[in-house]
Amino acid sequence: MTNGTDWIALAVFIAFFALVTILGFVAAGWKRGESMAHLDEWGLGGRQFGTWITWFLVGGDFYTAYTVIAVPALVYAVGAYGFFALPYTIIVYPFIFAVMPKLWTVAQAGGYVTAADVVHGRYGSRALELAVALTGLVAVMPYIALQLVGMQVVLRGLGLTGELPLILAFLVLAIYTYSSGLRAPALIAFVKDIMIYIVVIVAVVIIPMKLGGYGAVFAAADKAFQAKGGATGLTLVPGQMMPFATLALGSALAGFMYPHTLTGVFASGSADVLRKNAILLPAYTILLGLIALLGYMGIAAGVKVASATDMVPTLFRTVFPSWFAGFSFAAIAIGALVPAAVMSIGAANLFTRNVWKAYVNPAVTPAGEAAVAKIASMVVKLGALLCIIVLPTQFAIDLQLLGGMWILQTFPAIVFGLYTNWFGATALLLGWIVGIVGGTWIVVLDGLRPVHTIVLGADHYTIYVGLLALAANIVVAGVASAVLPRHVRRGPEVA
Amino acid sequence: MWALLLLPFIGLLWVPFYDFREPSVLGFPFFYWYQFAWVPITSFLTWLVWRGMRR
Repeated sequence: MTNGTDWIALAVFIAFFALVTILGFVAAGWKRGESMAHLDEWGLGGRQFGTWITWFLVGGDFYTAYTVIAVPALVYAVGAYGFFALPYTIIVYPFIFAVMPKLWTVAQAGGYVTAADVVHGRYGSRALELAVALTGLVAVMPYIALQLVGMQVVLRGLGLTGELPLILAFLVLAIYTYSSGLRAPALIAFVKDIMIYIVVIVAVVIIPMKLGGYGAVFAAADKAFQAKGGATGLTLVPGQMMPFATLALGSALAGFMYPHTLTGVFASGSADVLRKNAILLPAYTILLGLIALLGYMGIAAGVKVASATDMVPTLFRTVFPSWFAGFSFAAIAIGALVPAAVMSIGAANLFTRNVWKAYVNPAVTPAGEAAVAKIASMVVKLGALLCIIVLPTQFAIDLQLLGGMWILQTFPAIVFGLYTNWFGATALLLGWIVGIVGGTWIVVLDGLRPVHTIVLGADHYTIYVGLLALAANIVVAGVASAVLPRHVRRGPEVA
Repeated sequence: MWALLLLPFIGLLWVPFYDFREPSVLGFPFFYWYQFAWVPITSFLTWLVWRGMRR
């Protein structure tokens, strides 16, 4: 601990953290099923969550703590460009409305727990199933690590340095996830989301009042960007428009291919619960847009930070009284626990169903699956913690960028089969390979930038690499489906 | 009916529609309030499609 410890803020923080820890353990008995020794219970909370629980769970899981830190940090640094998160989290909902009820229905009918289960059920191809499962596992790991980064940032805001507080918070998370499964984050999500709503509503009312209103906030940000030379600003410069739009579209298509978001989808009680949530979840997008504006408020308030990720905690500490700063830090830290728990459960489900059951012990019982998944969730979280403690934070950020591009390459395998018989398993696998290898190659060559510039004659098009890779993926899958002989492209018949 | 779900994609992904400052509302440049406005519009369009399905 340093001299900068704010004891009132810390006390409030610890009180709320203790509350959700208790909830995490109590959750084990919430809406109990007949036998809890089943992966449907531990890993999907019994597939019974109604509209409101799903709203809190998916909202708490999709809009992560890292978002609360990273989106305003990006807006603080680059202005309008950082707002691509807003169109992204709007257009994702019509997509969810159209596709997810169908995916849920298939999963429910087949007793599937993961996206890779759905793919195996649809195509009967172990190779394609493994490709989807491994992509999910690799993509979600850095995402968990980033939640721990989010937690680290608020702990630092409280004046707590060193790794011990993070390890303690992590242990708490790991133990109640182990014992309660998906019920723990589902119950804690209620507390987390209500706290975040309170913090953001207070912040977006109080802070601009102190700074002279929204007009003054935007004007101050405008001035700061002009002083920096005007390469970015309150609106997009022409060269930023295509990156902005393609990042929004690519992110929206990738958002619900991740294991944690799909876990929320599969855990809901009916297809109509998902449709209603596609209508109701955009409330969180308003919240996200307001959170993004904190970036401009930071500029207007004259917040100066060494690392942009410290912007939000520094702003809160500057403008809020101690007790409310403590409350808001608790909201963000708890906001990291919910997605981190669901992510580790999603990863554990993938490992159990599509690696363990597929390759190690095909005769595993439902109770055995639950036992394997519990241990896998521990291992996954331990890996993320080690990643944060041992490796530089930038490693997790870079890997998460690549992870977004990778997970997008599972889109054709997961979604196309819901609508058409035309694509074959081998063809989809070829497309996946081309997308992953090609996309990674471009990102690495470009020095880990998410967008790539294509020159066609005199015109330059700068596009999100994930979308470019997806286009190549779909073309290859389509061409291969057309030319490969039927028995090769279809793979073995579904049992 | 389902075509209504495409409107948010058109309205938000064609950035030249909204990449400017005026008219501003309550201090928010057009770029910002336009995007915020699409949130309830998208919910409403989705609700229309949902209602249409149930009939």
